[in-house]
Amino acid sequence: MTGFWDQTSAFLYAAILASVPLLYGTLGEILTQKAGNINLGVEGMMYLGAVFGFLVGYGTDSLVLTLLSGFLAGAAGALIYAFLTVTLKANQNVSGLTLTIFGTGVANFLGEKAKMNAPLGTAFMSDRLRSFMSPMDLGAFSRLPVIGPLLFQHSIMTYLALMAGVAMHLYLKRSRPGLNLRAVGENPAAADAMGVPVAAYKYVHILIGGGLCGLGGVYISMVTCLGNWQPNIIAGQGWIAMALVIFASWKPLRAILGSLVFGALSVLRLYIPKSLIDIPAALFSMLPFVVTCLVLVVSSIRMRREHQQPAGCGVNYFREER
Amino acid sequence: MPKRPPLSFHLVQRGEIPRLYAWGYRLLAVLFALMTGGVFLAALGYSPLNIYGTMLKGALGSPGMQRETIKLTIPLALTSLGVLLAFRMRFWNIGAEGQIAAGAIAASYFAYFQAHLPTAVLLPLMALAGILAGGLWGLIPAWFKTRFGTNETLFTLMLNYIVMNLITFLREGPWRDPAGGFAATPRFPKGARLPELPLPFVGNVHIGWIVTLAMVLLLFLYMRYTKQGYEIAVVGENERTARYAGMPVRKIVLRTMFLSAGICGLAGMLQVAGPDRQLTDAVAGGRGFAAVSVVWLARLSPFGSLAVAFLFSVMQKGCSMMQTEYRIPASMSDILQGIILFCVLGAEFFLQYRISRRKEALA
Repeated sequence: MTGFWDQTSAFLYAAILASVPLLYGTLGEILTQKAGNINLGVEGMMYLGAVFGFLVGYGTDSLVLTLLSGFLAGAAGALIYAFLTVTLKANQNVSGLTLTIFGTGVANFLGEKAKMNAPLGTAFMSDRLRSFMSPMDLGAFSRLPVIGPLLFQHSIMTYLALMAGVAMHLYLKRSRPGLNLRAVGENPAAADAMGVPVAAYKYVHILIGGGLCGLGGVYISMVTCLGNWQPNIIAGQGWIAMALVIFASWKPLRAILGSLVFGALSVLRLYIPKSLIDIPAALFSMLPFVVTCLVLVVSSIRMRREHQQPAGCGVNYFREER
Repeated sequence: MPKRPPLSFHLVQRGEIPRLYAWGYRLLAVLFALMTGGVFLAALGYSPLNIYGTMLKGALGSPGMQRETIKLTIPLALTSLGVLLAFRMRFWNIGAEGQIAAGAIAASYFAYFQAHLPTAVLLPLMALAGILAGGLWGLIPAWFKTRFGTNETLFTLMLNYIVMNLITFLREGPWRDPAGGFAATPRFPKGARLPELPLPFVGNVHIGWIVTLAMVLLLFLYMRYTKQGYEIAVVGENERTARYAGMPVRKIVLRTMFLSAGICGLAGMLQVAGPDRQLTDAVAGGRGFAAVSVVWLARLSPFGSLAVAFLFSVMQKGCSMMQTEYRIPASMSDILQGIILFCVLGAEFFLQYRISRRKEALA
């Protein structure tokens, strides 16, 4: 029985580890879409965050600078997107996809370059820097039986992500700017008439959203890939985050739950005994997307307004065109 | 002294702009993008002119390289044509990647399991299977869109990853080559490979080049001179107008999406039966997404798409040359593609809007 429990808790712990980058990406995209912009550049912004976090961490050995540069890199990608779509009224889908192509290119380029220039052809983050990502000691909590190791022995980035999720929930539901933001996303013309500075709201939230995606990228290069640069490091996790936004029906708290589910799905295969069920890996990786399609279809059939994408998504707001 | 009012600007939509002027303007944007890329290269300590020269040489320097560039152009151009058809209708088909893969799977089925058929039957059958599979895969989001208003951007996007994982599943499982050490599919039998025909000045390239050229022309005629093409344009311009005019909007959307995705499926078939000669995970290789950039740069024009697809392929092939010669990672091609598109997307604004100083209100 202890063997079973050990196995289960190891599985849950791995699920939490795998869910963190997804949660960052999802929260970032939720914030972006709440502003009425669909940014298909999540994957690209995660790449930008991953590579700049990696390079700065590799060069400076400072945790603060690593996280900051990852955030800023993601936000810089989002700035390009915001400038194109909000100010220059370019098509959102095309701008976002281009950001993904661009971010992937920049990250693979700079990462590859760093490896070429490294002494042994492999660039590693120092152990000292990575030790900041080892589980935090939360005193008595961490030593609680059962839930201690599971819930209170995580790295700082896991707790940051959770806090970001809760904070975003409160912000959207309980604050004035949050309400304004939702108005901007649902009906920018009405928000404009109310006196809400539409463009400013869009910029701020798209940028912060991009920064969150960037942090997800930092997590992948520091924790998931153990501080070692690999080509195509994000490997589609940005797209899973896109799926999660739908799965969570644009709600931050559900995003926390959803990322746990998707994180669990991504590691589940390693923890089921092969003798029990032997499902091919590829079908497992397919699962999140199948589930997302179902959610997308079901929510559109039920036509529940509160479970839909913000109404203003995909359409650029041009005041003179009302 | 009266206080001067703060400077204030507002946007005014422009009317029609002469086409030549507009294209010249876009060309300037591309040149600006290449210059920006050059600054990036210079910052890394390279001479941009040398690099761009090497790129051109690497893509077009010899008949062999030209053939490789053409082989990259074929699937990208064809996929762009598919995407273009849906975009004309303002149906955001971001699922070309998956439709290519679906077409490739269906075509591969015949190559692996019906190879006893004569080539003259097998190849058309594979093409048909590719078109049908791609088309049906594209019909799913179209049907839900017309029936329940399901968001097609997100739906087509998600469907990509389902079918891509299906390829991985087939490659690692049922279709795995038992003789190979890696988890890979077997090579196609000889009868399931596309024949080659000489392309003027370049030499033998698989017949996908003829298919692509024919499709460009066909699509141009279809959109300009047929009733169906007109219907697509009207639905894209304003769905309500189309409905008011008595057009069967639902049918038009379904039909167009089937064609759009079918063309992408055909691109998948040509890729597996042409250069790849087996089913691999990289059969779509990001072309479904790149095609979105292509058609946007080409302003949804079939001939323009062909030209832009060629330009992108030159960049891609040229950048792989730079990797070997200058140790510049080949991902430079993605960066350039991104910069070009950013610049053109931005430039489009100035073609559509004029910034003017706000006149004082006539109080």
